[in-house]
Amino acid sequence: MAYSEKVIDHYEKPRNVGSLDQEAANVGTGIVGAPECGDVMKLQVLVDEQTGKITDAKFKTFGCGSAIASSSLATEWMKGKTVDEALAIKNTDIVNELSLPPVKIHCSVLAEDAIRSAIADYKKKQSETEGAAASA
Amino acid sequence: MAVTLPIYLDNNATTRVDPRVLEAMLPYFTEHFGNSASRNHAFGWAAEEAVDTARGQVASLIGANSKEIVWTSGATESNNLAIKGTAAMYRDKGKHIITCITEHKAVIDPCKRLQREGYDVTWLEPDADGVISAAQVAAAMRDDTILVTLMWANNEIGTISEIPEIGKLCKDKGVIFHTDATQWVGKMPTDVEAAGVDLLSASAHKIYGPKGVGMLYVRRRRPRVRLVPIIDGGGHERGMRSGTINVPGVVGMGAAAELCANEMAIEGPRLKALRDKLERGVTEPLEGTKINGHPEHRLPHTSNVSFAWVEGESLMMAIRDIAVSSGSACTSASLEPSYVLKGLGVGDDLAHSSLRFGLGRFTTEEEIDYTIDKVVEGVNKLREMSPLYELAKQGVDLSKIEWAAH
Repeated sequence: MAYSEKVIDHYEKPRNVGSLDQEAANVGTGIVGAPECGDVMKLQVLVDEQTGKITDAKFKTFGCGSAIASSSLATEWMKGKTVDEALAIKNTDIVNELSLPPVKIHCSVLAEDAIRSAIADYKKKQSETEGAAASA
Repeated sequence: MAVTLPIYLDNNATTRVDPRVLEAMLPYFTEHFGNSASRNHAFGWAAEEAVDTARGQVASLIGANSKEIVWTSGATESNNLAIKGTAAMYRDKGKHIITCITEHKAVIDPCKRLQREGYDVTWLEPDADGVISAAQVAAAMRDDTILVTLMWANNEIGTISEIPEIGKLCKDKGVIFHTDATQWVGKMPTDVEAAGVDLLSASAHKIYGPKGVGMLYVRRRRPRVRLVPIIDGGGHERGMRSGTINVPGVVGMGAAAELCANEMAIEGPRLKALRDKLERGVTEPLEGTKINGHPEHRLPHTSNVSFAWVEGESLMMAIRDIAVSSGSACTSASLEPSYVLKGLGVGDDLAHSSLRFGLGRFTTEEEIDYTIDKVVEGVNKLREMSPLYELAKQGVDLSKIEWAAH
């Protein structure tokens, strides 16, 4: 099975590899997948709390080339979007952009899960800080 | 010397046809194209003579008599004929078969089919190095055991089984012993008499011969093994395998067998030295590596290495100029990681992280040097983007995390 040019491009030059401070209140972290299944994605977003915009996104992925490319693309797309706009990214968008074959669709699903999980984590942290501020 | 890319290190999957083999085959396509079963004209005689010569060459490679060689389309067919043919022939004697969980699918699936048809199959489990011991086989033997089928050497990890010990045991018990020797024959000295093997499968394309040809050795004396054929027709190959013989193919297998017999004493140690260099080269500079298979009792040209925290298919992508295979699920049609590595108790995570290198006759030292550099570079690059590596570096025990399986 040959890889699409876009998959190879993301694999060779992955965008936004790295980590953000998982403890920070304005960082959301999502870790999805399992080593036993052959892919684990960690996706993090840094959110401007005033505007709700994602100012930075980072990933680390254990998985095949398509999994790496899906997470790389996800970080690229999330940057500059508000958290709610980012939630609108669908796995099918990733499949189309990277021309993923049917056996690799699960990579795009995992990337969508990672986006949702990172944003859910950010929102949870925000409500906790608000809750803490309200009770203070 | 510069290397020519891409590099082929997947010789356990198939091998390049040796040019000398091809040369031997060519006249049998156009000049001596006769049917070896045509008994009454010169074309048939020329073909028959060539087939007999090849039979002798293959028999000589395994210490058999040429009358004991049955040509087939490959080792898959040989395994099917050996297993199903024995089961059908000896069904009145018993219905118990012994095999193991790390066999090739061409042994596992025929055994599973027999199981569905009412046979009783014992699935032995190897130790962590992939070895099935004669003691395990002895313990599994029953009064109604009719067949033991165990591979001589494993295709994924290269571990060598205790074949002569198991052969002796089967002889003592009067049980037929079949071995899938596809990866062994032509690489290591083989003597079916000394090893007590009754049925042996081999393939031409693993020994620098053509695809689509194989053979089954069927013992004729002490004991005379009889098989029910799975293909009926013109009664070729002593009635065990009907169908016009692939004359150019068997000529190729014969020539390939003779070359292996002449060259294995030099080639085996040469490949072992290169294999060991490769393993040192990729394990010494990298932490978290594991060589799968038995440290010593292993084919000289096979290496299976797990690189923790890195997924196999992405590593194959990092070394795209080098053809290898992986135990990763992503490289298999089933989306399951290697059942052989799982069978050894290698965790799914390390099975996903494995590469198999299969060296061969045409492998050069320069290619191994190039491969070492690329693999180390690829593993380091992928670990930089691996969340598992990051967690491991932070001292997190990955096995203690509750992952959400998907």
